[in-house]
Amino acid sequence: MSSIPSNSRWPARLDLLQSASGLALALFMWVHMFLVSSILISNDAMYAVAKLFEGYYVFGRSYPWLVSAAAAAILVLIMLHAALALRKFPQSTRQYQLFLGHKNRMHHPDTTLWWWQVVTGFLLFFLAPMHLFGMFSQPDQIGPYASSYRVYSTHWPLYLILLFAVELHGAIGLYRLAIKWLSFPTMPVPVMRKRLSLLKWGMSAFFIILGLCTLLAYYRLGSTLQDQPGERYHPVTQSQCPTNSEVLS
Amino acid sequence: MTQDSKQRIPVNESEPNSRQLTFEIFRFNPLDPGSEPHFDTFTLEETAGMTLFIALNLIREEQDPSLQFDFVCRAGICGSCAMLINGRPDLACRTLTQALPSTIRLAPLPVFELIGDLSVNTGKWMHGMSERLQTWVHTETEPDLDAMEAAMEPALAEQIYELERCIECGCCVAGCGTAVMREAFVGAVGLNKMARFRLDPRDERDDGAFYELIGHDDGIFGCMSLMGCQDVCPKALPLQTQLAFLRRKMAFAGI
Ligand code: SF4
Ligand code: SF4
Ligand code: FES
Repeated sequence: MSSIPSNSRWPARLDLLQSASGLALALFMWVHMFLVSSILISNDAMYAVAKLFEGYYVFGRSYPWLVSAAAAAILVLIMLHAALALRKFPQSTRQYQLFLGHKNRMHHPDTTLWWWQVVTGFLLFFLAPMHLFGMFSQPDQIGPYASSYRVYSTHWPLYLILLFAVELHGAIGLYRLAIKWLSFPTMPVPVMRKRLSLLKWGMSAFFIILGLCTLLAYYRLGSTLQDQPGERYHPVTQSQCPTNSEVLS
Repeated sequence: MTQDSKQRIPVNESEPNSRQLTFEIFRFNPLDPGSEPHFDTFTLEETAGMTLFIALNLIREEQDPSLQFDFVCRAGICGSCAMLINGRPDLACRTLTQALPSTIRLAPLPVFELIGDLSVNTGKWMHGMSERLQTWVHTETEPDLDAMEAAMEPALAEQIYELERCIECGCCVAGCGTAVMREAFVGAVGLNKMARFRLDPRDERDDGAFYELIGHDDGIFGCMSLMGCQDVCPKALPLQTQLAFLRRKMAFAGI
């Protein structure tokens, strides 16, 4: 195997990196959704999650730059994944025409889903950085009130599109990863595909519904804050926990 | 396992009121400078057990003797009759009209060189692919033709035979979004052959040698797992299993 010259090894490495970065991002997005949806439990729960990521429960005080660092790391991961995935995009008008003609002739679900991955992936090139830059530049503006105010006053359309784009792109991507790398020797391929496909739609639906409920919760909370921009949340049960403004001042 | 597992609708001989079938057939003769690509419409009365092979022959005999299409075995063995049937690649000789709506649109397979109308040169493409991928048993030693062949485990022979069932019809290539977009992509047919020779103990190539042949973006890493191949292969080969297997082996060999 050492006979393979090092420059011909790159296709294997890039293919693995594309899959690995996609896997990491998809799993991150699911965890992220669960964390963000903590607002559905209570304002305090969401506050605790925000504090957790500022390192409060580890260091005893909040470091919002930890959130900036995480946002930057995710952005780098997205850039890596996008650069690798771009190799698979159609590369010319002709390739677009050929692929779309093929997709429209075939009426083949997995082929059509790939097109949706291209479309949602393209949207995410632009929408994900908008959100990430906000998190990067204003890491202290994450909390039940600050986030709700942002959602209600400006950001809800961005989050709404992001929700659909991410949950479709991620679930389709994970489904494709399974098809790409795994064989199930004891199960006929069509049975395996059907089960994976059901799982995929289930995951998309679950996270989109959870996301919509969450977004609505922030929106409603935000609407009650409209004349108090900048209002900070003070936890009911954790009065010992300082707010960001206190930490920063 | 080695039987074709695709179910065909059984023939109903006593069908009383037969349908009127409308065929929209792609026409173009690349050798005739006056010929423009277009679809011609033919109508035909459906008969019991009618396949597209029967229908096309009736049209040629009774309506248009210039219609070009390929058939050899009429039994799903030679792979020459593959075409787009209502947009999907399949074997015309094994497709019953009964299984289709009353309007049937037939077009030649994309990707392959068009000979005329529904006839394409899959042979040329397959030959090129075989040469590129060197789809034959490679040995260092000169085989002794007089010696008894080494025995093979029946289970292994069965596994190889399962992949060997490919009839090179080209459906998997025409059904693959990657192959349609990217001319140089070797397709599931090529990758399946690599998997077949990799299994064969008589082939002395190691994974490094296979990597040289398919370890690139026109080979296994070009496959985007669209599964068109798996879903249209008329021999129902386990293509997904082979592609995933090769991808793992080649990724491992390459990193
Ligand atoms: S793998 Fe299947 S679809 Fe492809 S050429 Fe062989 S028999 Fe035809
Ligand atoms: S899995 Fe998809 S991309 Fe890969 S060979 Fe089959 S149809 Fe083509
Ligand atoms: S004529 Fe041989 S496969 Fe159809």
